[in-house]
Amino acid sequence: MQTMIDPVSLQLPQTVEPRNPGQDFDADWLRSLQANTSAIERRAKTLPGRRSVKKDHQAAWLLKAITCIDLTTLSGDDTAARVQRLCAKARQPLRADLLTALDMPQITTGAICVYHEMINPAVTALSSSGIPVAAVSTGFPAGLSPFHLRVAEIEQSVAAGAEEIDIVISRRHALSGDWRALYDEVRSFRAAAGHAHLKTILATGELGTLRNVARASMVCMMAGADFIKTSTGKESVNATLPVSLVMLRAIRTYFERTGYRVGYKPAGGLSKAKDALVYLSLIKEELGPRWLQPDLFRIGASSLLLDIERQLEHHVTGNYSAGYRHAIG
Amino acid sequence: MTVKTIFETMDYGTAPESPAEALGWLAEKGGRFGHFIGGAFTDPSPDFESRNPASGTVLAHLSTATQADVDRAVKSARHAQPVWEAQGGHARAKVLYGLARLLQKHARLFAVLETLDNGKPIRESRDIDIALAQRHFYYHAGMAQLMASECPNQVALGVCGQIIPWNFPLLMLAWKIAPALAMGNTVVLKPAEYTSLTALLFGDICRQAAVPDGVVNIVTGDGGVGEKIVNHAGIDKIAFTGSTEVGRQIRQATAGSGKALTLELGGKSPYIVFDDADLDSAVEGLVDAIWLNQGQVCCAGSRLLVHEPVAAAFHAKVKARMDRLRIGDPMDKSIDVGAIVDPIQHAAITRMVNANTDGETYVTAAKIPSTGCFYPPTLITGLSPSARLMQEEIFGPVLVSTTFRTPAEAVQLANNTRYGLAATLWSENINLALDIAPKLVAGVVWINGTNMFDAAAGFGGVRESGFGREGGWEGLTAYTKPAGTSLPLEKIPMFEAKTDPPPKPDASVGVGIDRTAKLYIGGKQSRPDGGYSRIMYDANGAPLGQAPIANRKDIRNAVEAAQAAAGWAKTTGHNRAQILYFIAENLSARHAEFAANIDRTTGGNTGQQEVEASLSRLFSYAAWADKYDGQAKGVPMRGLALALHEPVGVLAAFCADDCPLLGLISVMAPAIAMGNRCVLVASEPFPLIATNFYQILETSDLPAGVVNILTGPHNDLVGPVAGHFNLDAVWSFSSSDLSAQIEAASAGNLKRTWVNNRQACDWFAPATEGRHFLAAATEVKTIWVPYGE
Repeated sequence: MQTMIDPVSLQLPQTVEPRNPGQDFDADWLRSLQANTSAIERRAKTLPGRRSVKKDHQAAWLLKAITCIDLTTLSGDDTAARVQRLCAKARQPLRADLLTALDMPQITTGAICVYHEMINPAVTALSSSGIPVAAVSTGFPAGLSPFHLRVAEIEQSVAAGAEEIDIVISRRHALSGDWRALYDEVRSFRAAAGHAHLKTILATGELGTLRNVARASMVCMMAGADFIKTSTGKESVNATLPVSLVMLRAIRTYFERTGYRVGYKPAGGLSKAKDALVYLSLIKEELGPRWLQPDLFRIGASSLLLDIERQLEHHVTGNYSAGYRHAIG
Repeated sequence: MTVKTIFETMDYGTAPESPAEALGWLAEKGGRFGHFIGGAFTDPSPDFESRNPASGTVLAHLSTATQADVDRAVKSARHAQPVWEAQGGHARAKVLYGLARLLQKHARLFAVLETLDNGKPIRESRDIDIALAQRHFYYHAGMAQLMASECPNQVALGVCGQIIPWNFPLLMLAWKIAPALAMGNTVVLKPAEYTSLTALLFGDICRQAAVPDGVVNIVTGDGGVGEKIVNHAGIDKIAFTGSTEVGRQIRQATAGSGKALTLELGGKSPYIVFDDADLDSAVEGLVDAIWLNQGQVCCAGSRLLVHEPVAAAFHAKVKARMDRLRIGDPMDKSIDVGAIVDPIQHAAITRMVNANTDGETYVTAAKIPSTGCFYPPTLITGLSPSARLMQEEIFGPVLVSTTFRTPAEAVQLANNTRYGLAATLWSENINLALDIAPKLVAGVVWINGTNMFDAAAGFGGVRESGFGREGGWEGLTAYTKPAGTSLPLEKIPMFEAKTDPPPKPDASVGVGIDRTAKLYIGGKQSRPDGGYSRIMYDANGAPLGQAPIANRKDIRNAVEAAQAAAGWAKTTGHNRAQILYFIAENLSARHAEFAANIDRTTGGNTGQQEVEASLSRLFSYAAWADKYDGQAKGVPMRGLALALHEPVGVLAAFCADDCPLLGLISVMAPAIAMGNRCVLVASEPFPLIATNFYQILETSDLPAGVVNILTGPHNDLVGPVAGHFNLDAVWSFSSSDLSAQIEAASAGNLKRTWVNNRQACDWFAPATEGRHFLAAATEVKTIWVPYGE
């Protein structure tokens, strides 16, 4: 099922996995999913102490993290110029002298993530870079606009050049236990996205329980999600390790049952290089190294990149870095 | 490897902890160690080595303590003890607090030294062993502070000999030393010969903490040194953690010596996974259950019992998880499984596993270092309970498994073991989990988690996993005794016939019809199996009647009747109280008769007083039946750690000879109030009071088999009682010298014993009633229930 990947091109966000076509809705499977909060929290709490990545390995892992970042701006005051600046940073996320010192070729971030209106400037700014543009959609972040408008928003974003669509699920369906309705909704979004990849945002901070997170994850994958994503970044609680563990285990269960690999995207709450290392090791532990590539792992973040840049400069020079030494995006 | 390559492979690489500081400390000490006695290190006379099991390199040269060394250590502890105790709780609290702080300040040094010496992953020594050791000293600093107000009638035992294992060297030291010191004892501690270094470092730290000289003494060496401690006449208490085999030997060696004893021994703890469990979390729990410390954990969840509907899926998940374990240099911060402590242990594990031909064996696909003492994590599925590996402790990273069909069968399988240390169960159904936990025969039960420990929660076993608890309020009883002194107890003889031939029975007593006293077994009056009786005489030498002479078969029958009355343990405290009150009511109705009989039988004049005291005692335990509450412990987690008081089971007691009614009721009442069933051997010289008393029991709604009464010579009955494998406890307040024999024979199944060591007991005193008896009649089971949605 897995295609061999050319290691050199791994840094480029590209999809070599067969896409998850989705499955029939399976209520029994959903009901069998369990999530014991205390045990999950315990695992999440001890993991950072169980895995430690140092020196060159740390540098390499941080570089990998950069290639998995969906560099994001989702503000009411976004302008074309602002987005172009971000795109420039996506093309060249790390200072050239640091790359040279690390003997690395040019790397880029995984994608740029913007609102629909910013797709055009982003596509233009990223032309021939190979960096995809992701658009948040379906009435992001609440997802409560009319259904036909949400579907239309996906179609228009794809038409505008977005290669990835980050949709928000209707939390009300999860909270009222109407999993079938959630399945149908995501199914429709997947159809509307066409060739563009579908990332389903669960807004885990609003789902109430980890069990709901597990079930929502599974419904989205059944409905054909290419990625499951924690949060919009607008909830009061965004990506956490316990939530991530539940979603990763859902991905593993889905893979074991269907053979399809679905990607994972934590968003919001990852701002330190150390966080990125912990997430990478969590994924490596729970899903295996195949999931550590940008086609199956993305980090939705805006301030993380700067911390990674500072850590890498420290790695190269041995001196602690300062923020102003790295270009802003 | 270049950054670019790693970028592609995403390997972890190595993250080694530096041994420099720890090696520096060893070098500073010259790499050679004597013993820590009287606040100073003795001159080394090294005759054995401590090695790093991961590499085989020698870390230090250690000395085996001679008899003279042990004598000096005991003498120094003895000398220091009265002063240490008299200093008061606050003074001791300050010292224990200081030790906790110093353990914290030197945390990394202790952790690194522990890993170098023991082979456990640095993550574990850093995040578990040392952290918990600190917690024990903090917790018990508080206990020292509170002792005067909260344990007002308790005093220190004196000098404690403590022998600890190699699997958690510093942590076991903390579990032993902290409560002992808190209660005003002084200690002579022997670490395991494989792992003495952190104990020696602790000795060094004691000097920094201003621990008075002689309060802590540490002697090193092998089991021979342990024997010297166990047999030392100058020691008041032995606390041992280690194998069941050695525990048994210690029980025998200390029998009759008057030494207090607590044993924390082996286990084959079940790990039960129900079909509604969070299977992924249960798999991760297994990592902590059987691969923590390479499975060299007494309470390791080593027996995996899986619900049939999910067995195949669960085993597949376990195997996949095993393949992702990282095995190797314990000093690497990203290692899950380190080195086995010593090649001898490695060989023992290998031998046991290789001898097994049953089931299917799965060995991790993860890489194992080619040198050093490493054993691959292994899972053996499809074993039946009769397989040797399902019954015997492997003490390595080897998990054995079978399946079950129903919750009842899970309990049956779980309890099908001689051990009873810990148990784990996973289910998302609170009804199921809280139903099963009390049914598991174990001192500790973890629900949806495993290997959770804390100083506030008692830890210890039942059955052949030992007795006594470490941690919590219940742990303090292992290091204290009731205040006050006792007098020696002389053998109380039977009265003999004054004339030969003896006078005829007084026809005016009763209406002159011959009465037959019988044994009381399973709710029925039964004749003795042997068919013998003996004539009992009053103080004037006049015959009172004939008392049956019970033999070993009567004991067998009584124990079987008691075992059959298992439902008593499940009755409510309210129900048991009602029956105790009813017994009192019926005894009260025959008050005058019993008083007169006691006076005539014993030749005394306190019969009236004894019956009144007996009625009061019955009322006391009726009162206690629903009031000896458990506790919810203040453990540092979101969840409950519940300490439940469970009945010990079936206990036999040799009742006091001097007070034929009060002595019997004083042991019967607390026993049955707590839900135990009992076999009571009545006062030997005055048995006919007990044979009258069973008539009271017969009319008091007491279910058959809950109380069984035998009569006969205590010396003849003690052997079969103390050796009986289906008795959970034996008590003796007899004036016959039974203590040594009971303690020695109890080693067979490690039943709990409570013997008088021929010391008298004032049965009329308030001290012979209450919590002391209730504690002996119960086991504390700690049930951990982490919660959260």
